[in-house]
Order: sequence, then C-alpha cells, then structure tokens
Amino acid sequence: MAQDVETQASVAIEDVLQRKEATWWQGLLSSQPFWVTVAVLAIAVTMGFVNSNFLSTGNFFNITRNFSFIAVMAVGMTTVIITGGIDLSVGSILGMVAMVSAVTISNGFPMEVAVAAGILTSLAVGFVNGVLIAYVRLNPFIVTLGMLSIARSLTLVLTGATPVTLRRVGEEADRFRNLLAGDPFGVAMPVWVLIALTAIVAFLLRYSAWGRYVYAIGGNEQAARLNGVPVDQVKVSVYMLSGLTAGFSGLLVLAWAGSALSNFGQTWELRVIASTVIGGANLMGGVGSAYGGVIGAALIEVIRNSLLLAGVNTFWQGTFVGLFILFAVLLERVRSRG
Amino acid sequence: MPLLELRKISKNFGAIRALDEVDLHIEPGQVLGLMGDNGAGKSTMVKIMAGNFPPTSGSIVLNDQEVHFHRPVEARQKGVEVVYQDLALCDNLTAAANVFLGRELKRRFGPLRILDYSAMFARAGKLFGELKSETRPRDLVRQMSGGQRQAVAIARARLTDSRIVLMDEPTAAISVRQVAEVLDLIRRLRDQNIAVLLISHRMPDVFAVADRVMVMRRGRTVADKNIVDSSPEEVTGLITGAIEAA
Ligand SMILES: Nc1ncnc2c1ncn2[C@@H]1O[C@H](COP(=O)(O)OP(=O)(O)O)[C@@H](O)[C@H]1O
Ligand SMILES: [Mg+2]
Repeated sequence: MAQDVETQASVAIEDVLQRKEATWWQGLLSSQPFWVTVAVLAIAVTMGFVNSNFLSTGNFFNITRNFSFIAVMAVGMTTVIITGGIDLSVGSILGMVAMVSAVTISNGFPMEVAVAAGILTSLAVGFVNGVLIAYVRLNPFIVTLGMLSIARSLTLVLTGATPVTLRRVGEEADRFRNLLAGDPFGVAMPVWVLIALTAIVAFLLRYSAWGRYVYAIGGNEQAARLNGVPVDQVKVSVYMLSGLTAGFSGLLVLAWAGSALSNFGQTWELRVIASTVIGGANLMGGVGSAYGGVIGAALIEVIRNSLLLAGVNTFWQGTFVGLFILFAVLLERVRSRG
Repeated sequence: MPLLELRKISKNFGAIRALDEVDLHIEPGQVLGLMGDNGAGKSTMVKIMAGNFPPTSGSIVLNDQEVHFHRPVEARQKGVEVVYQDLALCDNLTAAANVFLGRELKRRFGPLRILDYSAMFARAGKLFGELKSETRPRDLVRQMSGGQRQAVAIARARLTDSRIVLMDEPTAAISVRQVAEVLDLIRRLRDQNIAVLLISHRMPDVFAVADRVMVMRRGRTVADKNIVDSSPEEVTGLITGAIEAA
C-alpha cells in the first residue's frame, strides 16, 4: 500500500513537470563545442587587439597548421571515446607511419607506395587494437598502452633511432612534400585534410547506422548487443579509424618536417585526448562530436600561441591547458546536473 | 496448436540449476502470466526464448518447427520480441533512436543510404500515440520517467509484426496510472492475436489480464492452469511453497 501512495505521488509530479520541447537555441546554449568556439573567438579577438602579430597571415597559418596535426587525430579519437573506449597509441602510430613512409620513399619507391604503406600500417595497428579490445575483451586502456610502447619500439628498431630525411633523396620525395606540405588556395594542406575529414566523420556519425551504433555502444553496450547492433565490428572500426587519422597526421607531419624522427608524436596522445574532452566528449562514453574534438584542439593551440606571443614563459603552457581540461570537465558536470 | 513450445528445458549456470526440465506452451492471442519468487528462473526462461543464450538441454518449438536461436536478432526475425526487465535502453539516445535501434529506417541520399530521421520520428510518434503515452520521439531517454521508458521499450516490441511478446516485469517500476496503460496495451496485443508472456510480481496485474497462469519455484513448474480455475490465494501459496503443486 505504501508503494501505491508513492506511485500516486509520482503521477502528480509528472503532471506538474510538463517540460517544453527544447528549442534549437536551447540546444546550442547547452552544447559544449559552442562555448569552446566562443572561447576560441574571444581569445582570438582579444589577442588581435593586444598583439598585432596574432592575426597576421603568417601566425594564422602557423596556428591552423599546428593544430591540424592534433585535430586530425582528435576526430578519430572522438569516435573511440564515444564508444566508451580510449586510444593511447595514436602518438606512437603517428611516429611509426612517418618512419615507414620515409623509409619507403628514401629507398626509391614512388610516393604513392609510401603513402599506401603508411596508411596500411596505421590501419593494421588500429585493427590489432580493435580485435584485442572487441573480441579478446581486453581493457582498451591497457591494450593501447601496450601498443603505445610496441609501436614506438618498432619505430626505433626500424631505423636504429637515426632520422630519415626526405631532402635531396629524389623526385618522389619532393613530390610527396610538395603535395602534403603545400598550401593550395593559401590554406595549409593539413587544414584541407582536417576540413574534409571532419565533414565526413561528422556526416557519418549523424547520418549512418554506423554512427548511431557508435553512440549506442557508448550509451549501453549490453542494450546495443541485445538489439542486434554488431558491437564488436563497430568497436574494431573505431580503433581502425583512430589509427587511420593518426596515420594521416604522420604523413602530414613527415611532409612538413622533411624528415622522420623516431620521437615524432611522442606524448601527443595526451593532447589529442585533452582536445576531445575540452570539446565535450565524455570518457564514460555516449557523448561527443567530431567538431568538438577539432575545436578543443583549436582552443589548446590558441592558448599556447597567445601565451607565446604574450611572452609568458613556455613552462606555464601545461598549467593553462590543464586548467582548461579541468574547467571543461566541471562544465560537463554542471550541465548534466542542470 | 501452440505458437511457442518449450520442451524439457534445463539451464545450468556452473553448479546452479536455474531451470530443471521446464515445459511451457503458449497459444496465439493468449496472455500467459508467469509467476514465481526471486530466483525461480523466470528471467532465465525469457532469455532462452529470446535467444540470449541456449538451454543446456531441451528444445524450443515455434510454429511446429524446432528452432535454435544463437543471437537475440534471430529470435526477433522469427517474431519473438522482448521487453527486458532493465528495458535495455540507451540513455544517451532519443526515444525514436531507441525504438529503431538495430533496424534503423533509411532513405536514399545520392548513392548513399542515410538515416531517415523524419520517418523514424513520425513512426515512433505514432506508436507512442497508439500506446496513449506522452513520450515524445525527440526526447532523450535519460530525461524520461519510468513509465515513458517503459513505453519506449514496448513501442520497440511493436515495431514489427511480432507474434509473441515476452515481458519481464513490465510493471515493476512505474506509476499506477501507467500500470493501467501497460495492461491496456497487453489487451490490445492479445486482440491482435499476439501471444504475450507476462512475468510479474503483482498478483492483481496477472489476474487482470492473463488467460492462464504458470507458477515456478526453484527452476521447476509447480502449476499451469487457466486463470478462472485459480485464485490469488492459491497462487501465493504455490509461489511460497505453502502449496506444493496444483
Ligand atoms: N548469468 C547468470 N549466471 C549465473 N547464475 C545466474 C545467471 N542468471 C541467473 N542466474 C541464477 O539463476 C537463478 C534464476 O535466476 P532468474 O532467472 O533471474 O530468476 P527470476 O527472474 O525468476 O528472479 C538464480 O539462482 C540466479 O542467481
Ligand atoms: Mg527476473
């Protein structure tokens, strides 16, 4: 009987709490990527007034190119994090792909072969991650931590830690650099890659069944499975996508730097994860967007660049970035309570 | 002829014998109430019928044909739909996305086939309307009351031409008014010649809608009779063991 009284009460409460349908601008105001975009623009405008160098073409070019390397990986990482996983191996994959492609080119293979070798390497590493996580059911943190170590070590094994240069090694190397380090229509190639990638992944997340499943797995993996969602295949696919985006970054960094160093991408995984979290992805899964990861990376780069131009000791950069991560997570907490 | 028949179904979980040679049959358009104390094996039975796991021994016969479900989708393809006790919903998705999870509607977009949001919203809205639920297709499940979540899970089971709907404790966590709605829905399913297996702890619910009642105790069937030949007192006695069998 007591239970019946309780349930009666809940009827009344429901009748009182007639929520209205959320309008589009309410949705916008409660979206983290929106506020991060506002922050990026605010910092940019302020810096533009304070320091004339900030909005100079040269600096703008630098910022957009630098952040693209991270943002490209953040797009792949976001899909992994939405499923409730994590990929700590992206920095090492980047280093490995740069090295594999550099070695391929410097051994006289055409640039197409070098690009293909790099891409296949990144997909293969992502595939191994995915299979161990989805089918062997190992913890994503542990699997990709192991892969972080393995891929970095194999990169060293490949060349014995000597840099592999693309300078003056032939026509194919020049072709590679001209294409991937070029700036068609005045915009750096990494930015073009980022724009295309973000558009494609954002489209897939919203309009494909695959995208729907990525969110469903992060929301309730068991429920997704019961409803016939191919959970294991989708999980493998997101780790392959994450690997692939790290591979893209590896090729772009290689072309820009003109040589492959064995420490390329080291600790970048942390900046990539920080970008996705600042952009609204939830490490518990179920929430996140491709654009969020990109704008999160942009915020980190704008902060770094501003501090640099303001003459702040670079040792402070980590503190500022860290504070923004904590702020982003607190914001998330406040919004999910509201 | 029964629509679905379980013959001498047993299920072991390690040393635990959750089901011990249980027989069950259900006819089209019939509501079978399945009752029993916690741990009696009711959910295990539902999960076997729904293809979550195979029985240790025994056979399942659907429409006179023996079937072996390896995955829940296979059971669903044969017209067996389930409303799970924990409802199996994704909190981060909309009501409509949950209703269509795993069988999304798509439309052509150039050479691609993309999710058809408007068709899914419309169809889900229609299903909620039929259930007389206030659930809105675009709302996130996270923000919903127990009754609205129930409506989402039931709408999901109504999406296709299901022939049998298995409901595990559908009225356990919802308000009185919503219990009445769920019972109405069960009657509507029955009127469309769909078989309903209703697991419930609530005696009034079972006696309100069921045609037959089956009682389980510690993995065995202790009674299976027409509801008119039984009484709440008898069923209570059977559940607790005060009455050995009937
Ligand atoms: N996945 C499982 N692994 C081990 N034991 C289980 C599992 N599922 C159910 N059981 C056991 O089987 C028995 C029947 O459980 P269940 O079917 O959930 O009962 P009911 O739904 O009638 O309360 C219980 O003893 C329970 O502990
Ligand atoms: Mg149960």
